[in-house]
Amino acid sequence: MTDQSVIAARNVWKLFGPDPKGYLAGMEAGRSFDAIRADGYIAGVKDVSIEVARGEILVIMGLSGSGKSTLVRCFSRLHEVSGGTVSIEGTDIGALSERDLIELRRSKMGMVFQSFGLLPHRTVLENVAFPLEMRGQDRHARRERALEVVKLVGLEGREDYFPRELSGGQQQRVGIARSLAIEPDIWFLDEPFSALDPLIRREMQDEFLRLQRMLSKTIVFITHDFDEALRLADRIAIMKDGGVEQCATPDEIVLNPATPYVAKFTEDVDKARVVHAGSLARRDLTGEGVPVDAKASVQDLARMLVQDARAAIPVTRNGAPIGAMPRDEALDILVGGT
Amino acid sequence: MAALSEGAPAGFAAPALGRNRVAVVLLAAAAVLTVAQYGGLLPAALHRVPESAVPPFAPMLDAAFNFVKDDLGLLALTRWLTEGLQWVLDVTANLLFGKRRWPNLGPIPWTAIAAVAGVVGYYLGGWRLALLGAGVFIWTALIGQWKDAMETMSVLVVAAPLAFAIGLGLGILAWKHRAVDAALRPILSALQTLPFFTYLLPAVIFFKVGPTAGAVATTIYAIPPMILMTTLGLQKVPAEVVEAGEMSGATRWQLLRHVYLPSARTEILVGVNQVIMLCLAMVVLTAFIGMPGLGAKLLSMMGSFKLGRSFEIGITIVLLAVMLDRMSKAWVVKQPVHHEKGTSWWRCHIHLVVGTVLFAAFCVLGQFVEVATEIGRRQSFSQGKLIDTWIKSFLAIDAVQAVTGFLRAFVNVQILIPFRNFLLSIPTPAFILAVMAFAMWLGGRRQAIVAGVFFGLVALSGWWDRSVITLYSVLSAVAIAALIGLPLAIAASRSERWSRRILLACDTAQTFPSFVYLIPAIMLFGITDIAVIFSILIFAMVPLIRYTVEGLRTVPAEMTEAADMAGATAMQKLWKVQLPLALPTMAVGFNQALMFAFFMVIIAAFIGTQDLGQELQRTLAGTDLGKNFVLGLCVALMALTFDLVILKWAKDRKRALGLD
Repeated sequence: MTDQSVIAARNVWKLFGPDPKGYLAGMEAGRSFDAIRADGYIAGVKDVSIEVARGEILVIMGLSGSGKSTLVRCFSRLHEVSGGTVSIEGTDIGALSERDLIELRRSKMGMVFQSFGLLPHRTVLENVAFPLEMRGQDRHARRERALEVVKLVGLEGREDYFPRELSGGQQQRVGIARSLAIEPDIWFLDEPFSALDPLIRREMQDEFLRLQRMLSKTIVFITHDFDEALRLADRIAIMKDGGVEQCATPDEIVLNPATPYVAKFTEDVDKARVVHAGSLARRDLTGEGVPVDAKASVQDLARMLVQDARAAIPVTRNGAPIGAMPRDEALDILVGGT
Repeated sequence: MAALSEGAPAGFAAPALGRNRVAVVLLAAAAVLTVAQYGGLLPAALHRVPESAVPPFAPMLDAAFNFVKDDLGLLALTRWLTEGLQWVLDVTANLLFGKRRWPNLGPIPWTAIAAVAGVVGYYLGGWRLALLGAGVFIWTALIGQWKDAMETMSVLVVAAPLAFAIGLGLGILAWKHRAVDAALRPILSALQTLPFFTYLLPAVIFFKVGPTAGAVATTIYAIPPMILMTTLGLQKVPAEVVEAGEMSGATRWQLLRHVYLPSARTEILVGVNQVIMLCLAMVVLTAFIGMPGLGAKLLSMMGSFKLGRSFEIGITIVLLAVMLDRMSKAWVVKQPVHHEKGTSWWRCHIHLVVGTVLFAAFCVLGQFVEVATEIGRRQSFSQGKLIDTWIKSFLAIDAVQAVTGFLRAFVNVQILIPFRNFLLSIPTPAFILAVMAFAMWLGGRRQAIVAGVFFGLVALSGWWDRSVITLYSVLSAVAIAALIGLPLAIAASRSERWSRRILLACDTAQTFPSFVYLIPAIMLFGITDIAVIFSILIFAMVPLIRYTVEGLRTVPAEMTEAADMAGATAMQKLWKVQLPLALPTMAVGFNQALMFAFFMVIIAAFIGTQDLGQELQRTLAGTDLGKNFVLGLCVALMALTFDLVILKWAKDRKRALGLD
């Protein structure tokens, strides 16, 4: 495990069935999802190894039933894994006692849920203060902190409302505020915006990015919406039948899909918006003239790419040159070629 | 039995052909035995289980009870518990009707209680419930039944919270531990079918005659639904809410206290509603073991045929029931609402403030104005005598007399008595075979075997004839109830408005303590067999109508629309689409009607019957615990048989129709 990885999963399995551990121990390697199902077990998570670096947004993406929610619940030990290990900052959480696990959750983790998971009998403020209350903080301090987070998510003035008096988007803001109340280092978001209308969803994504710029947490974000994944992710892990098909940057996934399944997902994507100059830059090339920034997408550069005459355009990251991007490759992406 | 299975449409219950064939064989065997009996060919031992072959269940049970009671020291324990309970009951008795016990403060003036009830009603459901709350207590006081009502309430306010607490605790345990659940389930279903007389005698023996025994019997009677609702509610808490709690770092205890229980609030409060209603029903019935209160008053008034006063007491009981039901249901649906910022403490707690002020004011007023505290016998507005004369003159109208006379003469003599004699003429083994055939046909092999065992035990109890008479009352009452109720329900279900009305009427009727159903029966038919059937009939009709309307109304709209588009007439739609789909739900109603009937038939023993209830009632006078239990179990076993078979059928059917 590398130094800066906050979450590290090693060969994690999660099987549902009568005796998952016993079955897993006696199972030969490489058994398929369907073969396992024929044996009476459902492979929720199938041999997943993945690492999340500090401050990174990892988006886990897949269709419903692909195991993404199960995987994230293994990260927080809401589910006990059937095989493999999950480490948080180097500690195997499977080995933690109940008390230590609770301590870890109270100090390090926050989670946002698809259907919000709010407590219906508590006001907004009481919901947000809930984790602080569990931690045993005194009434005054938790009120102070809760007010602060409620303000952060833009729900000022609604502190005394009950969840059912709020709209879906507002309820999810409460969910987000609650998950941030303890100032967690690790933030799990399980399809947080799936239950919302498209317009609100967009707004909440912006809100999420705004918060992340302010807070820079280590984030595992789950979605079944590929556009959302592309919009938010540093890296995307695409799951199918409990296994990870590919885990890479959005550019990489769009440019070099590892499996036909991944390719199918990327088919209809507007690549020009996803691919950045940085990922097209080649170290062995050097260009002349004004450089472009690595973070600029091909679409951002559209006008320049069309008007420019250079064959290779230099690319810089944070001011330092990292190589040059072949203009025709970028143009191919822009006009939809491959 | 035979009449019943022939009555149901055969087409709907043919999941497996083999099953039906077995059922026919069993039924044929039963018929052969019966015919042989008629021809005088059957040996007497096959007709009825001979006396000598009846195992001495009663003495055995007695011995077992005595062992537990004396040798294991249970009696010492319960007597010890009694003292604590007695103390609490004395406190409530003192507060509510001024029994001379510590704290010697009471009685609380009726005006104060009515005022608080009004405020509570307003808090829970606005002006209408406020009027209901205050109105019921004002009526009770004015009609001159305040003391009786408070005697009843003083037990209720102890028994209901006790049943709630025990039920909640056991419900949580059953939800947490599968083993507890598995152990509780059969006990619960047995408890729910055991006739209430069977609760009463042990209560008397272990907890002395009077309020304590009444409170214990009432508590035990009300616990099962609380357990069921608690478990149900906890299971229904959404996974994400629980996970949110876990991710917030809640310990197990915090999770239960702050996440599970508040999230299961609705189900738990529904449980509270049921606890209160069952407590009221039972506390009235404890009159049979000499507990004073409304029930005892009603019992003595009916006994001396003072119909006017009985009627008034009946109304008081019904009003109390309706009030308690409405208020607790309003509590179920009441949602918290936030106050605007800067609202003062007074405004946030306005109801509490007003309630306290009114309570204090009326308590003070009561010190000076006696009428505000107590309404004496001569000051009350009771019109018992007048109502008596009305009822008697109504019954003396020729047309009314002709109808009741016809019912008595024709229905009783031509239908009911022959049916009873027919059932009694069937040899015991043939009867058991017929029941098994019925269970086989509707349920399956397992159900048939259970039915055979259960009825076999009844046969061995030595109370066969009385059991058959009990069954006869139940079956004929439910059959007549179905004849009247089903067409009514089907007609009502055709319009939204009538469905709503009839459901409301059923809901209300269902809250009435069973005891009051005896009043109209006795009024109309006096002390006769018909009155017994009639009281069971109206009691059992309620669930029958209710579930039929519900079943028909919940048929998915696409299906009836599809039938309409296929050009079905209203009749065709009813027979081909709505009824088949509603049938599983209707079966549940039918089952409940049977359970209600088994319950009521025992109470009807008060009118005078020749069945198990009569014997049961007799055991209450003594300490014949063994016999009491044998009789109670006979009723429970018969009821359980139907319960198992019908519910199994309804479940299978629902699954087959994909309505789960």
